Amino acid sequence: MTFYLASVAILLLAALTMGVWAIAFTLTPPKRRQNRRSNLCGSTAAALACLIGFAGMAAGPWDFASLPETANLAWGLPFGGFALLLDPVSRIFLLPVFGLGFVCALSGSIALRHERASEHNIAAHWFFYLLLLLGMALVACAADAILFLLAWEIMSLSPFFLIDFNDRDSTVRDASWTYLVAAHLGAVFLLAFFVGLWQATGITSLNPAALAPGLADAGTGVVSLLFILAVAGFGAKAGIAPMHVWLPDAHPAAPSHISALLSGAMINLGLYGVIRTISLLAGPAGSIPGIIGAAPAWWGWLLLLIGLCTALVGILKALAQGNLKRMLAYSSVENMGLMFTALGCGLLGASCGDAWAAFLGFSGALLHMLNHAGFKGLLFLCAGEVLHSAGTLRMELLGGLQKRMPLTGCLFALGAFSIACLPPFSGFTGEFAIFVGLANGASAQGVEQQLGLLLSLGLLALVSGLACALYVKAYGMVFLGRPRTGFAANAHAPGLAAIWPLLIPAAACVAGGLLAPLFFRIVSGPALGAAPLAGELLDECLVAATAILPSFWHIALLGWLVAIAVTGLWLARKRLLAGRSVRICETWGCGYQASSARIQYSEGSFSEPLARLFNPVMGIVRHGEPVSGVFPKPSSLGLSAPDRVKDLLLTPLFEGIEWLCNACKIIQHGKINLYILYIIATVVCLLIWGLK
Amino acid sequence: MFFANVIFLLLLNDLFLLAAPGVTWLIRLTAFQGVLLGSLLFDMDHALLGAAVLGIKGILLPVLLARTYKHIGRREKTRHLNHAIAVLMGVLGLVFSLWLENRMDLMPGLFPDLLFPAAITTLFCGLILVVGRATALSQVIGYLVAENGIFLLGAPLMAAGAIWFELALLLDIFVAVFVMGIAIGHIGEKFESMDTARFRSLRD
Repeated sequence: MTFYLASVAILLLAALTMGVWAIAFTLTPPKRRQNRRSNLCGSTAAALACLIGFAGMAAGPWDFASLPETANLAWGLPFGGFALLLDPVSRIFLLPVFGLGFVCALSGSIALRHERASEHNIAAHWFFYLLLLLGMALVACAADAILFLLAWEIMSLSPFFLIDFNDRDSTVRDASWTYLVAAHLGAVFLLAFFVGLWQATGITSLNPAALAPGLADAGTGVVSLLFILAVAGFGAKAGIAPMHVWLPDAHPAAPSHISALLSGAMINLGLYGVIRTISLLAGPAGSIPGIIGAAPAWWGWLLLLIGLCTALVGILKALAQGNLKRMLAYSSVENMGLMFTALGCGLLGASCGDAWAAFLGFSGALLHMLNHAGFKGLLFLCAGEVLHSAGTLRMELLGGLQKRMPLTGCLFALGAFSIACLPPFSGFTGEFAIFVGLANGASAQGVEQQLGLLLSLGLLALVSGLACALYVKAYGMVFLGRPRTGFAANAHAPGLAAIWPLLIPAAACVAGGLLAPLFFRIVSGPALGAAPLAGELLDECLVAATAILPSFWHIALLGWLVAIAVTGLWLARKRLLAGRSVRICETWGCGYQASSARIQYSEGSFSEPLARLFNPVMGIVRHGEPVSGVFPKPSSLGLSAPDRVKDLLLTPLFEGIEWLCNACKIIQHGKINLYILYIIATVVCLLIWGLK
Repeated sequence: MFFANVIFLLLLNDLFLLAAPGVTWLIRLTAFQGVLLGSLLFDMDHALLGAAVLGIKGILLPVLLARTYKHIGRREKTRHLNHAIAVLMGVLGLVFSLWLENRMDLMPGLFPDLLFPAAITTLFCGLILVVGRATALSQVIGYLVAENGIFLLGAPLMAAGAIWFELALLLDIFVAVFVMGIAIGHIGEKFESMDTARFRSLRD
């Protein structure tokens, strides 16, 4: 707790300082040196706070039975309280916040060091960055509804200003507005959720034991409604379909270090909210058995369904994208879907008394969350380097960057391997836990549970396969082959000085695979704390936790073997090639003489075959004329993939609301005397109503 | 008996106000209403306050309004409600206030007979004037009449020591009319119209 409080205090102080600095910069345009100094100070403060926070989190006890640390600070308001609670669940979610916060602060500081003071207010940027970190840190530890909502709002509002960094571009402005609308739609649900919770229990504290009697009185209907409200509210932040639309707009618009932080740390807090809600509404682990009992099975089904839909929509839409960061954003949607599926599996397991499914579902979700923070942060930062070097993120204009920027290429490949869940790296371990949990559904009680879990297993396998294809496409299009245009041909390699912060998430990706048992043991404490388990089930889960551990040792062993084999092969190749001349020539061209960069696999070549199967979801639109006839005329083929949920559902919805609001302007006509008539009518109606 | 007669005259005066053909008549009827209020207070043994009300509501405000009207010197051409509908609404207001008196849980003996419905009717008539008339001056008179209604509602409470509150209210309304008179005078000079409908162009 001391480390956490120190980190929060630094964040708060630094945010205030940067705020004052930002206002000063608005009043008097800063000189170049002042701008650079504010960049340095802001990022250093953020990095320092994150380092302290991370050290505190990583050291803390992970055992689920350990007493949570609490702190109550002075609070000037007449309601609520500044109550903080730090338990293993909070810790596991704070790890990516502080870890990625540190990496992104360093990377952002390097990326922004040459920005002109006349174009961007750097101090304001770091002010909002610090606020975002502060908001996330408080959200993960708030033990009071008012404090939680306050922190949630801070966390939701500051990205608006961070995404809007390049606000001269109208698409960036639109993206930040989309983000703001989505964030506040979610906040409306959350507000309803917390007000409902308060109505039912009469307290603002978020202590499950204190809430349980009130909730038991309120009845199952109210609790179910509260659960749906919470899933909608937290889901909007996590990016579950169909509320994912802000992600693919916001991530390409935001600076890369911001995309990395939002995608790797902020959206996790949506998952955190759902996990906390489950233990709030279903009662804490065994503390008051029999009052509400375990979570009902349909909660699990709901989360499983939401997760599967989100994962499928996310991966298929990602495959249809041509912009690297937009693709990564959809991939975040997919990964969130995986975590929700795992959560659903855990809840189903808990409700039907299957310890393996329950424990592995929860621990799989948390482990995948940790891993996702690592590789998604790495991939977004790599995408930022590509944008910086080549000037574009459109994959059809790139190609052959591995030779031009080898280190970035290797790091991207590492991230791609991890996210595609290939064994020696981190992504595999999380998915392994989820898959084992789902596969255990075969021994669950009840046919529908067995069928549901096994079908989900099949769907997740499909998603994983598609994820592999997706990253083959991403890495292949951007880094392999020959440059498609001058953008790629003229790209320059960033020096090690510029990309060294990227080595930290890369190391995390490798460590996640090679030290798999360690990570799994860290995660199993919070997983047991998060799941609504009681009595015998808890004991069985403890048994499951010990029984599954050797599998992770095997994974790690395999990882080490692969790593040693690769290193050995590389050394052998180096040795064999030593002293010989290496001739570089054209790849075998199938006998085709006039090969050019244009005959390479294009973006459409990857997505079009899949579109034949999945186009209703992918929504690929073809432009241009196909080739026809014996002597064909010049023809062209272009593909685009607009977001259908946005275009067909949300845009008409909001246009309808706008129309309705405009229609309401009839009553705002500017005739003062009729306004007074409204007042009379209201007063009379109130009198009649009051006296009836 | 005197009290009931004054209340009757007050109600009649309210309906006449709604039917009044022009601003001159409105001012005269307001002055008469001020006199009626003053005499009511005399009857309720508030001699000092009655004299003050007679002076301010019966003489000073009407004189001010008349001067302003003369200064602007234009006739009211349009109105939003014609006489018949305005009077009908006034009668509806009377019916509503009688219903209200029945339903309301008033302290017995607080209001003398008929005072409560008369006060509420006056309040409504003032608001109907504000809604129904076009020029700013008639609307000021409407506010004044509405304030008279509120004043009547407050009158029985004065025995409980609310006199300072009422005096302050009088002062407020005096200042309000004073300021509005000047403001309308200036608007009249600048814009050559005091038809409030033209304020519409100021909305967003």
